[in-house]
Amino acid sequence: MLAMPAPRAEILARRAEVISALAERVGPGNVIAEPLRLKAYETDAFTAYRRVPLAVVLPETTAQLAAALRYCNEQGIRVVPRAAGTSLSGGALPLEDAVVIGVARMNRILEVDLADRFARVQAGVTNIAITRAVEGEGFFYAPDPSSQLACMIAGNVAMNSGGAHCLKYGVTANNLLGLTMVTVEGEVMEVGGAHLDCAGYDWLGLITGSEGQLGIITEVTVRILRAAEGARAMLVGFGATDVAAAAVADIIASGIIPVALEFMDRACIHACEAFAQAGYPLDADALLIIEVEGSEQEQEVLLGKLAAICERHAPTTMRIAKTAEESAAIWKGRKGAFGAIGRISPDYLCMDGTIPPARLPEAMRAIKTLSERYRLEVANVFHAGDGNLHPLIMFDANDADSFARAEALGADILKLCVELGGCLTGEHGVGVEKRDLMTVQFRAVDLDQQRRIKSAFDPGWILNPHKVFPLVSA
Amino acid sequence: MPPGGAASALEAPADEAALVARIAAAHAAGEPLAIWGNRTKASLGRPVQTAAAISTRALSGITLYSPSELVIAARAGTPVAELEAALSAEGQHLVAEPPDLSALCGPEDGPPDGPPTIGGVVACNLSGPRRIALGAMRDHVLGVRAVNGAGEVITSGGRVLKNVTGLDLCKLLSGSRGTLAVLTEVTLKVLPAPEATATLVLRGLTAEEGVVALAAGLGSPFGVTGAAFLPDEAAEAAPALGPGGSATILRLEEFAEFIPYRAERLSALLATHGVVRCLDDATSRVLWRSVRDAAPLCVSAAEGVWRLSVRPSSGPRILASLKSWGLRCLLDWGGGLVWATGPATESSHIAVSAAAAAAGGAFWTVRAPPSLRAALPVVPPESPSVAALTRRVKAAFDPKGILSPGRIFAGI
Repeated sequence: MLAMPAPRAEILARRAEVISALAERVGPGNVIAEPLRLKAYETDAFTAYRRVPLAVVLPETTAQLAAALRYCNEQGIRVVPRAAGTSLSGGALPLEDAVVIGVARMNRILEVDLADRFARVQAGVTNIAITRAVEGEGFFYAPDPSSQLACMIAGNVAMNSGGAHCLKYGVTANNLLGLTMVTVEGEVMEVGGAHLDCAGYDWLGLITGSEGQLGIITEVTVRILRAAEGARAMLVGFGATDVAAAAVADIIASGIIPVALEFMDRACIHACEAFAQAGYPLDADALLIIEVEGSEQEQEVLLGKLAAICERHAPTTMRIAKTAEESAAIWKGRKGAFGAIGRISPDYLCMDGTIPPARLPEAMRAIKTLSERYRLEVANVFHAGDGNLHPLIMFDANDADSFARAEALGADILKLCVELGGCLTGEHGVGVEKRDLMTVQFRAVDLDQQRRIKSAFDPGWILNPHKVFPLVSA
Repeated sequence: MPPGGAASALEAPADEAALVARIAAAHAAGEPLAIWGNRTKASLGRPVQTAAAISTRALSGITLYSPSELVIAARAGTPVAELEAALSAEGQHLVAEPPDLSALCGPEDGPPDGPPTIGGVVACNLSGPRRIALGAMRDHVLGVRAVNGAGEVITSGGRVLKNVTGLDLCKLLSGSRGTLAVLTEVTLKVLPAPEATATLVLRGLTAEEGVVALAAGLGSPFGVTGAAFLPDEAAEAAPALGPGGSATILRLEEFAEFIPYRAERLSALLATHGVVRCLDDATSRVLWRSVRDAAPLCVSAAEGVWRLSVRPSSGPRILASLKSWGLRCLLDWGGGLVWATGPATESSHIAVSAAAAAAGGAFWTVRAPPSLRAALPVVPPESPSVAALTRRVKAAFDPKGILSPGRIFAGI
């Protein structure tokens, strides 16, 4: 279990006073203080850790949010920013002596401009709502994390979320134009706008992915893109992981950048097939789902080239979708992967390391060895083109030993990713989950540099405490 | 000789360790240093008033290239051309298409010491026409090694395409012009170079009509990777265009076999805006290279140059406003990037900064006499709260303020 410092008694003792001061600033209807209602905020999607917060504040405006944050900073009360609470790394995990400031009630789309290709939205708008607002005109917002129905844009910005299509379209940071952030002093900081490049330091780039350490985001301007004419998928099974990895390398080297290039191992194939009956080959050790975009004719040409490349690697199965329905059928199993694992195991941890794609076979062998050592099943589903691994570690949360082994196995997998030249997290963020592993990836001098930047924004370290940076006695 | 820029005063540490030692000594002594690569962008920013200047040019060479993983790494002083040649041999390229500003470098700043370096391009976050479709230089920086103002080697990011571990210093250092830390090595995401290029051209449109046509192209599903508007004189000076009034140009980059279909569909879409002509591959490449470097503006030695980043639809208004001040412009990025040139005077400078402010955008002084760049802001002034953050973040990297002091903002 990860250590969390004990809550400060002097703050807990002031609870009633804090709640009434917050109610004055954001309105009583926007403060949650009843124990039962607070319980709904005790965790995020990293459910192994739970802490009921001191209070939850859900401001309706940037001004209200600024007033609440200024008050907390002046009083030395810690603040945990929250959007939809879908973080898989505990990024929104509350603390008993902290106030949760959520953006869920700031959920309006403020402006859509198709000619200048941007949308300006409040921070609590869901990821999918942006695409829904522009898809009638053929546009979309590109980053598509698997939680996109629920997750909010503020959380996407905080974690620099990715998705299955970032090989072609990039992650959140590559699709932002501007944002409004409230600093701990309660100042409203405008960054960027509806234009592409900003002068001065790249605040937009620094704030994106900063996991609520630097401020709280209340408004975001995103780029919207015109969707391709169409997309189609193919499914290819291979007899061995190494062979699938070699096919991936050949595809990238051929000059084709598929819009998605997903990999599943045998355990994942079987789980998904049992769950979704997508017609996945049960004799394959590795499965690739490859998607291309373009006109009908272009899709045909690209799928043909990809098929020729895969043929050189003796696939055990190859199925090329002829229609959108057949593509959907190919994706059906992959999209249900997490649910499929949930069906065969009481609990699972979803890891998120990245490796150089060429090291995939080695990584797979090492994960198998670790899985045996810790006596826990691991199913693997990866964004293969960019080397982002999602090993799913199956365990039983009601068994403390099983949970401890799962956490230790997860940590070993992430250390492996760093050893292979990769990193701890490709898209889920550090949060509380990977906090203590940061010293595996960064030297003390690197972490100290990051800490000094944090201090420049948040001198009292009140924002999202005990996350991202390893606990130190500094 | 310009302050902080004289080639004769330039020290070029032989390796990263020597650079660390030099900066650590300067930190201990509180000695300010001007930070350069080959000084091809010397006029892009305020003059740096220091006795000593450091170049990263001796830190050279590609340190990693894995085509099938779309990643290349090089020491900061490696010429951009060297990376481009290595990538080209594997059919790949630098995605952001960084411009070469050597020809625009002001005479008062002295001649460049060599070709543009990758460190310089990243430190200035310079991107070309492809920015509109595939992102800026900073979007493709996967990892950095750098020396901060205390003489410590710091690293951020890595060599993988997806990485959200810790604060993203890759983006913060991109565009920071050596004022936070001196880049020693950068790792970049690269992509397959398109097999073929084509350009659709409409002649004689007004700027407003041109930008509407560009927006139609960029809002189409046909993958436009360049969208520029050249007013009359710029069009006539541009390679392969010649007389015929303004030129509205849209670029396609794809597999050769996809080009005819896309060009045909895009031409049909643009037909409501005028007669559409299609330029072939070789002509297109020459034209876009020229647009990339703002060459069609035919900047004379005495003129000033500015770049503005605005929402695309406000490009034409800025073009008209700056014209009334005697400035010539061309629009890239669908109208969102304005290159402006004209008299290198205070009134030109004020016209540019006012136009950027009115459009809610940004501007950079690319070239103007050092006296002007010292006296007037070379980028938009920051709000008090942002300016305070700029000072604090600068101090977080460079506590004694020794790295290119005053390069972006006076006193920082």
